[in-house]
Amino acid sequence: MPASISEYSMIMPFIIIGILILLSIVIEISSKKSEIIIPWLSILTFFIIALYSLLNINQNEILFNGMLEVGGKAAIFNFIFNLGALLVTINSIDYIKKYGSYYGEYYILIQSSVLGMMIMAGAGDLIMIFLGLELMSICFYVLAGINRKKLFANEASMKYFLLGAFATGFIVYGIALIYGISGTTNLSSIMTNFSSLISNIIFITGFVLFLVGFSFKIAAVPFHMWVPDVYQGSATTVTGLMSTIGKSAAFSVLILSLTAIIAFKTPNNFRNYFAVISTLSMLAGSIIAISQNNLKRMLAYSSIAHAGYMSIGLAAGNITSIAGIIFYLAAYTFINLGAFGIISIVEGEDDSRTDLDSFTGLNSKNPLLAALMSLFMFALAGIPPLAGFFGKYYVFVGAIESGLTWLAIIGVLASVISVYFYLRVVVLMYFKEPAHNFNITLSPYSLASVIICSVLVIIFGLVPDLLMNLITSVVY
Amino acid sequence: MQENLILTYLLLIPIIGSLIVLFLSEEQKKIIRWFGLIISTIAFLISLYAYFQYNSSDSQFQLVHKILWIKSLNISYHVGVDGISLILILLTTFITPLTLLSTWKAIDKNVKMFTFSMLLLEAGMLGVFMSLDVFLFYIFWEAMLIPMYFIIGIWGGERRIYASIKFFLYTMFGSLLMLVAIIWLAVYASNQSGSFTTNLLDLYKIGPTIPFEIQKWMFLAFFLSFAIKVPVFPFHTWLPDAHVEAPTAGSVILAGVLLKMGTYGLIRFCLPLFPQSSVHYASIISILAIIGIIYGALVSMVQPDMKKLVAYSSVSHLGFVVLGIFAMTIESMQGAIIQMINHGLSTGALFLLVGVLYERTHHREIEYYGGIAKIVPLYSTILMIVLLSSIGLPGLNGFVGEFLILLGSFKSNVLNSWWYTVFAASGVIFAAVYLLWMYQRVVFGEIKNLNLKNELTDMNNRELLILIPILIFIVWIGIYPTTFLKLTEVSAQSILQNVSNNTFYFLK
Repeated sequence: MPASISEYSMIMPFIIIGILILLSIVIEISSKKSEIIIPWLSILTFFIIALYSLLNINQNEILFNGMLEVGGKAAIFNFIFNLGALLVTINSIDYIKKYGSYYGEYYILIQSSVLGMMIMAGAGDLIMIFLGLELMSICFYVLAGINRKKLFANEASMKYFLLGAFATGFIVYGIALIYGISGTTNLSSIMTNFSSLISNIIFITGFVLFLVGFSFKIAAVPFHMWVPDVYQGSATTVTGLMSTIGKSAAFSVLILSLTAIIAFKTPNNFRNYFAVISTLSMLAGSIIAISQNNLKRMLAYSSIAHAGYMSIGLAAGNITSIAGIIFYLAAYTFINLGAFGIISIVEGEDDSRTDLDSFTGLNSKNPLLAALMSLFMFALAGIPPLAGFFGKYYVFVGAIESGLTWLAIIGVLASVISVYFYLRVVVLMYFKEPAHNFNITLSPYSLASVIICSVLVIIFGLVPDLLMNLITSVVY
Repeated sequence: MQENLILTYLLLIPIIGSLIVLFLSEEQKKIIRWFGLIISTIAFLISLYAYFQYNSSDSQFQLVHKILWIKSLNISYHVGVDGISLILILLTTFITPLTLLSTWKAIDKNVKMFTFSMLLLEAGMLGVFMSLDVFLFYIFWEAMLIPMYFIIGIWGGERRIYASIKFFLYTMFGSLLMLVAIIWLAVYASNQSGSFTTNLLDLYKIGPTIPFEIQKWMFLAFFLSFAIKVPVFPFHTWLPDAHVEAPTAGSVILAGVLLKMGTYGLIRFCLPLFPQSSVHYASIISILAIIGIIYGALVSMVQPDMKKLVAYSSVSHLGFVVLGIFAMTIESMQGAIIQMINHGLSTGALFLLVGVLYERTHHREIEYYGGIAKIVPLYSTILMIVLLSSIGLPGLNGFVGEFLILLGSFKSNVLNSWWYTVFAASGVIFAAVYLLWMYQRVVFGEIKNLNLKNELTDMNNRELLILIPILIFIVWIGIYPTTFLKLTEVSAQSILQNVSNNTFYFLK
């Protein structure tokens, strides 16, 4: 069946971002002012797509013979991706300049990775998932090493590439096995036959391989080894990008692949798998984070722990918990982008001030930054009424509805542990005198991006319904 | 139900006040101080107005205001008071301006942020006492941690960082388990009645129908959270650290109001939501309470530091309150409530008085003092009155509470043994020992330390202005407690009636 004009009109966001990428390449080659034009063009585009997705949430259609879904959940995810990318781009305007020569490809890679994510979230076919994943991941590998003069960045990029490729191998092999048994790569036909397929050992093997591959991408224990080094070595804005919307994209695929369990109420054979990785991630992430002295590394472990909390929702596998995950992802995106934004402001010209010592006495140097950082730390710790708390709350409600009270209890215990290291940052900023003497150069763009994050964190904390109503209206 | 906005105004006043403080200039300390005082005084006046609106012969929640807040989880902003919450709200709004006034000299660093934290803390405490939605309660309960954490951590003593983190982690640990129990309750409610709800009034009907095996765990989760806050022995270890390291104002609020949130939680949530379990565990909890009474008193006796002595005495006094609650007779319950107020007034005043000495000499060790009666007679007199009230001398407030609790626990059908009363009563004697002994060492005798003559000056007008209102209430409750008992009687009765209806016990 050939694609109709109306189908093309519905994939406007994909077309717009595609044009943006091509246009940026041309501008980068031809214009001397590209370093001003490209970021602002990206910001405008991300903003338009975020708005477009928000307005077209209810136009849920499956296009191109079941290859691509628009509207619905995909639209919510597109909203999160584009808003996240928008914030990262604003923060990058001044940040990226410090790497000496201007890296035009930096913005183009961000644009391409966002396109990859949008394909992942809207995929109706295993091949599309793979396509989107590769587009996103390859951009991330390059972005991680964008500062090619720095040894750590090279290490991060290499490590990420090798382990990422390894994970992709798992996913491809899983897809091959699933195709071998079901005879199709179309998600909806696999999901309709899920309950009969699930009795086949080869299908289960394939599906587990698929899940393991994505467990790498969400940074869940025991597939988390790459996370601390990559998060620490990459440019801070890139870390923000990977840890928030990159993770959201991987979760969007996991949610898609569990459609049968969530929407058709097929028995959840993979509950134990998710319960185990979630328990391990929450505990290991929180405990190891305590001993970190580098803030980026600490947030890397915290990100592992948060992957664990979100996986509780996958283990529960009901509508409340899935809506909870999506809310959590959105909240986490804004909180983490804010936190990484502040690190990117404080770290200075040579990226050296990411250790905890550099944050001692921040309150006396710059009270505004200290106050915002505390806000993000409290939000990550899950103190009400901030957005981070409601993420956890919705997920826990889902877990208890599915009879997984024990998992929720482990979740709250891990939260208590995590409070310790989040509070440590606050302690250093407020209760101690500065250890090093340095001045913070405040970029207005970076500050603006951080302030937008903080406003969103507070608003979604005080009125979670704003976002939650949208999410519940589209979750199956 | 008629909508009444007064409680919402009461809640909003400190919140708006704290936001305005943010925009004042740090340099103008005087304006910030006056502003904080005025805002908190307005809050007190509003709560007085609420008191006159309240009809104490009605057991229903009154002055209710309800707005749907989070539709997806059926959570409402739902506030209202019964006698018990109202008296605690009055205590909060009464103590806060006095505390703010007490810091005018002691706190000179970051006045702006201090006033901001105090006002936010007041809002949090008021929210805890007026919430009629368990979820809303939880939000206030947690949110209040942050300002208190900063108050201890920024303006505290030597080991303030350790103390503030310990305080935060202990409370968080208990309350997160309570969160799981809250969600469990709401999910259970949705299975039973079809709607996911955290509305306290609905849960009151559902709570007692939970099968005992499960209810037990729910009860323990709630109890643990409150027990850490009270603190009930053996969960008390955060308290001495927090009290000693906190600035005077922090200690006063901590002792005066924060600890009451724990005992309030026991009355408001544990008893009516899980009556069977409450009765089941009453004797074990009462034993813990009595251990707390005696242990707190014995440890107080050997403290060389006045502030620590007062801190441990809190463990002892709060033990009485917990005993009174779980004895479940109307006398003991009324005693427990009045004792909560007494402890807030007396211990708050004691911390203020220790603070007065500390501000002048920067010493808190009992050793350092001696014979100060000759230097500061007025101070010594006031300290005597407050100490006697804390000991429970007839005619002052402490006696009323302790007497009612002991009487009630003696008659209690739930505890069903007079041994509890015997052991608890020993706490009264111990209190006399450690408090009077401290008084003797600090105030009487020869002037040991000649520095004191230069350092000490008697109470100034500001300090008198803080303490005299407290003294008035100490005497008022002691002589004519009916004013206060009447306010809470019907509410206490209705909670006990609820427990009694759901268990085999006939509660007197």
